[in-house]
Amino acid sequence: MQQIINFILRYKNFILYIFLMIVSLGFTIQSHSYHQSRFFNSSSWVAGNIYETSFGITSYFNLDKENRDLVEENERLRLLLFNKKESIPSELDSTQLTYTITSGQIIKNSYALPRNYITINKGEKDSVKPDMGVITSKGILGIVENTSNNFATVQSILNENSNINAKLKNTDNFGSLTWDARTYNVVQLVDIPRLVPLVIGDTIVTGGMSSIFPENIPIGTIKKFDLNDSKSFWNIEVSLFNDMTNIKNVYIVSNADREEIIELQEETESND
Amino acid sequence: MISNSYFINVIRFALLVLVQVLVFNRLNFFGFINPMVYILFLYWYPIKQNRAAFIGLSFLLGLSIDFFSDTMAINAASTITIAYMRPAIMRFVFGVNYEFQSFKLGNATRVQQFTFLALLIVVHHMVFFTLEIFSFSNLILILKKVVSISAATLVLCLLFSSLFSVRKE
Repeated sequence: MQQIINFILRYKNFILYIFLMIVSLGFTIQSHSYHQSRFFNSSSWVAGNIYETSFGITSYFNLDKENRDLVEENERLRLLLFNKKESIPSELDSTQLTYTITSGQIIKNSYALPRNYITINKGEKDSVKPDMGVITSKGILGIVENTSNNFATVQSILNENSNINAKLKNTDNFGSLTWDARTYNVVQLVDIPRLVPLVIGDTIVTGGMSSIFPENIPIGTIKKFDLNDSKSFWNIEVSLFNDMTNIKNVYIVSNADREEIIELQEETESND
Repeated sequence: MISNSYFINVIRFALLVLVQVLVFNRLNFFGFINPMVYILFLYWYPIKQNRAAFIGLSFLLGLSIDFFSDTMAINAASTITIAYMRPAIMRFVFGVNYEFQSFKLGNATRVQQFTFLALLIVVHHMVFFTLEIFSFSNLILILKKVVSISAATLVLCLLFSSLFSVRKE
């Protein structure tokens, strides 16, 4: 017994090191396999408020560009509105809407890591929930992963774990959008069958298979493509419309039908 | 004197976390170079202190960086590794000298200080990027990141350490 205690006392630093290492590896591996931790993320009160303060100071520097972006977007929406054939009801009945939009701002962005997360200044108070889609005026950004009262973290499309349904514009050939962690303006679209004709410059948009994003949200254009190892599917490099390094205003999209869709799918799967 | 050194370390801890999180994590030089200046905390930390407390403190430091940058516990893992290895690295760099009561970091030669800092940074970055990328098929990517980001961290840490030189404690 004496010897065991002596042993522990002698190697207490080593034991402490191993213990802390196991703790941190535990957290890390858990995130590799599935999601970011529920507890250690920047949507927490402390981190969120520090980022919010710093955002309050730096947000003035880009106002010019942000204004221009918003005016451009308004211009495009007006164009759509004025050229639409059927009339649009002037009052929207909010109980009938499938998609509702909340605006938010990015208070922390990252794009240099293999698993990037973005923090935004909207949280449960603004009825932002996990698994809502986040888009900007130019294209998609990511999916809400964790929320706190006032903040939420978003799994960026620049994240190795990200997997989003996407398709070629004006067709129904869909694949999934992934990222190989190399460059911040190029993502990969896989699982498009070889039979589909592709042209460099084709537009990629979100598909209708996910209950997170509405269909036809722009993602990017085809930069280059080649066949995968099995020679039956295309590997497509997509250059993004969004400049992921410089974004501020985002829209959080919530789908009212999502719960119903998920419930139905689970029911169907459990019947198999 | 003791309370003074505690005070300095607490301030240093908080300032390094804030500087790392608010400035250097956003640098993105060439799109991916974010120097990790918070390693300076381990470089500056007094030598004659309880080692277990030092490892615990390093864990907290790493975890608080992780907390802000959504990197799980990768920073914590790599920081405790260099905290644990620091005595071995010091023995390698300064010889048996450093075990004497009179040894001070400020008295060591420039080359020794440089080697000590460089070793801390390289070991830290090796552990960090291996865990971050977590696949040996990307060995080239790991090496590229370790080399380029170590160089950037080293340059910035040297600048910082000459700016705020260690006082003769």
